[in-house]
Amino acid sequence: MKSLFQREYIFLRRSLNVQSRVLLVLAAVAVIGAVFFPLWKIRLVAPQYQEGLRIEIYSHKLVGGNDGQDLVEVNGLNHYIGMKPLVQEDFVEMKWLPFAFGFFALLALRAAAVGRMLSLIDLGVLFLYFTAFSLGNFYFRLYSYGHSLNPHAPVAMKPFTPVLLGSQHIANFVQSSWPQTGALLLGLFPLLVLSAIWSSRREEA
Amino acid sequence: MKNSHHLPGLLALATALVSLTGCNPPGKSPAASTGKAGDATSAAARTYVAPGEKDEFYLFYSGGHSGQVFVAGIPSMRHITTIPVFGKYPGTGYGYDEETKKMLGDYTWGDVHHPGLSKTNGLYDGRWLFVNDNANNRIARIDLRDFKTRQILGPIPNSMGNHGSSFVTTNSEYVLVATRFSVPLPKGRYADPADYAKEFNGSVTGIKIDPKSGTMSVGWQILTPPLDWDLGSTGKGPSEGWAFWTSYNTEMAHDQLEANSTQKDRDLAAVVNWRAAEAAVKDGKVTMMDGVPVIDPAKVPGVLYYLPVPKSPHGIDTDPSGRWIAASGKLAPVVSVFDFTKIQAAIEKKDFESDFRGVPVIRHDSVIEGEVPVGLGPLHTQYDGLGNAYTSLFIESVVTKWKMPPWTAEERADLNKVVLDKIPVHYSIGHLVIGGSDTTKPYGKYLVAMNKLSKGRHLSVGPSQPEDSELIDISGKKMETVYETFTEPEPHFAQILKADAIKPIEVYPKAENTDPDAVWSAPETGVVRHGNVVEVKMLAIRSHFTPDKIELNEGDELVIHITNVEQSPDMIHGLGIVEQDVNLVIDPGETKTVRIKMKKPGVFPFYCTNFCSALHQEMQGYLAVKPLVAAK
Repeated sequence: MKSLFQREYIFLRRSLNVQSRVLLVLAAVAVIGAVFFPLWKIRLVAPQYQEGLRIEIYSHKLVGGNDGQDLVEVNGLNHYIGMKPLVQEDFVEMKWLPFAFGFFALLALRAAAVGRMLSLIDLGVLFLYFTAFSLGNFYFRLYSYGHSLNPHAPVAMKPFTPVLLGSQHIANFVQSSWPQTGALLLGLFPLLVLSAIWSSRREEA
Repeated sequence: MKNSHHLPGLLALATALVSLTGCNPPGKSPAASTGKAGDATSAAARTYVAPGEKDEFYLFYSGGHSGQVFVAGIPSMRHITTIPVFGKYPGTGYGYDEETKKMLGDYTWGDVHHPGLSKTNGLYDGRWLFVNDNANNRIARIDLRDFKTRQILGPIPNSMGNHGSSFVTTNSEYVLVATRFSVPLPKGRYADPADYAKEFNGSVTGIKIDPKSGTMSVGWQILTPPLDWDLGSTGKGPSEGWAFWTSYNTEMAHDQLEANSTQKDRDLAAVVNWRAAEAAVKDGKVTMMDGVPVIDPAKVPGVLYYLPVPKSPHGIDTDPSGRWIAASGKLAPVVSVFDFTKIQAAIEKKDFESDFRGVPVIRHDSVIEGEVPVGLGPLHTQYDGLGNAYTSLFIESVVTKWKMPPWTAEERADLNKVVLDKIPVHYSIGHLVIGGSDTTKPYGKYLVAMNKLSKGRHLSVGPSQPEDSELIDISGKKMETVYETFTEPEPHFAQILKADAIKPIEVYPKAENTDPDAVWSAPETGVVRHGNVVEVKMLAIRSHFTPDKIELNEGDELVIHITNVEQSPDMIHGLGIVEQDVNLVIDPGETKTVRIKMKKPGVFPFYCTNFCSALHQEMQGYLAVKPLVAAK
């Protein structure tokens, strides 16, 4: 047991080699890059909407396909079941998400400069927590929209949760929801951090 | 409904009753294979456009005295839509809102004969379609961006019987018009028809086209003797800047024209140098008549010449090269082919055979290339761009294919040899059209024969009979009729346009709506009263109107500005007001205005007339009109 803590202590004090530091810079670039690309895409296809209605979710904005028209269309259709319109202003997380991305980029750069294994562990753990929280928040958003339907709406509807990951066929609509470039860049971040850890695992303390 | 578990299921419901364009991906329909199941070379297979697939060409038919334009597809010949032009058309709400009511004026009908596509460098540019109104001397412009009539010009001053149009010049500088009828000019003047030759006049009008907006205005006119100008065409290549019209009634008869105007063996065609006319206007060689600069061709040499053509001619069609001009006399069994280079030479050498009211008559024998014996009753000629011409024969009910000059000495000796093929049509063909025949590069491939009599060719529909159109494949050596269809009265001429030459919009973009009374969200809507005028800014969206209740007093004038705030294709809403004779149809992103005098008290429901959504039926509201006494 003692030796385990000792090994852990030694491991956390290991310095980072050049390769690890480069990987960390790349991680910072990836997480900053994620601001400029959509994180998620929700798509609805029906016979009347062969081209599909698209909603792209960025860290800081909600963008409807077809020059924004698809979002208007989805909101127009949703009013029949009394769903609240999807309005960017209502998504408070879109105000802090880019800030958080910048924060992680700074932490990655800091770790690259400080060159200590401990920083990487902090960075990785914080980022995983952040990711889990964000996905949970996303699911909660979907759940809330599907569960706070106006009872006075033209069509009474059993509350539901739109699918977060994957695709489902319901009546003549196929609703799908998949991560996009932004999310893949975010996914790259912990992998790069992990690689940085791996690369310097045998470095001197 | 209560069993629905998911949002998309509901979305489906909301839109299930709406049909959208392009909802079937082309080429993927199982029906496509059905068409190929037969012989791929059969007429059926070649004209079969499977469900979800699209035609190769647009066909813009004139609607004759229906006053409309019909749009069909080639090769399927399916009627796709009707563009209302000179008559009300509740289907699209045309003639019910203030803008279109104003455009129609006091006329309820028109007589559309010859649609003309706009051109750039002698080729269709897909911007506008011009159509004439033979009945009320008007000309209209349809914008091919949205397939809507955007302007009606007229009645044109000093112009009576707008049959001889719409002939578009090489770069759409002008749409040229010639008069079928002559009257004492300016209009409104009385003279005894017995003094026809002396007191009556016809005219040629240059309708100027604004190159950016397409807006038409009356440019200038050439005053002519009272001949009945018939059909025409514009020049190109060597004949660029010129235009041609046939005429009947060189006799200048004013009664019993059937006999009195058919006495001479030749009638006069007009050879008009419209560039010279334009220059004469610039040089001030005009007199003003009813606000239009008018040219007297006897006083301004070089603007007008006459050319004798066989008896009672009809069509006079310039070929794609611009050198050959084919004119046919209804009562002579030949097509006269004139060489424009010879016409130019004759004009230069003053090789004239006579003079008619101070205007030279070009010596016929100096400019004729040959008379092709096509058959009985030749009317119009179209070209495939491959050296062949196709002439419609009204009396004989056939289309004759013949070879254009230059001819060999042997052919020249016996022009029967240039007649290549004949195909029967059903029956009594008027115009025929080949895509791009009036451009420098015809499409060839198809010819549409527009036949005046359809008797016995269709399921009987009683005494009012439709017209007959036949699609003829002209890609081979022999012509082949591949399809036959029927249209409402009455296509005269048509234009064919390649489908990919245009890309019409399918919604009016919100950003382009400049109507000051447009509203896009419920808070912007409202009802404002100014004295007896109640002005409403209303919006329509699936599936409601806002506002949906309007309080009025008997005698009020109600003004409704309604905006369809949808931006999705085919999400069209209507505003029908019961017992008020109002039906607006508002396309996505469009704003329309209507003014109604509330003549009687009561409650008048209004509702969406254009099926929009699952709750379309619920899309309704009320005009509540208090009686005058109660209002006090």
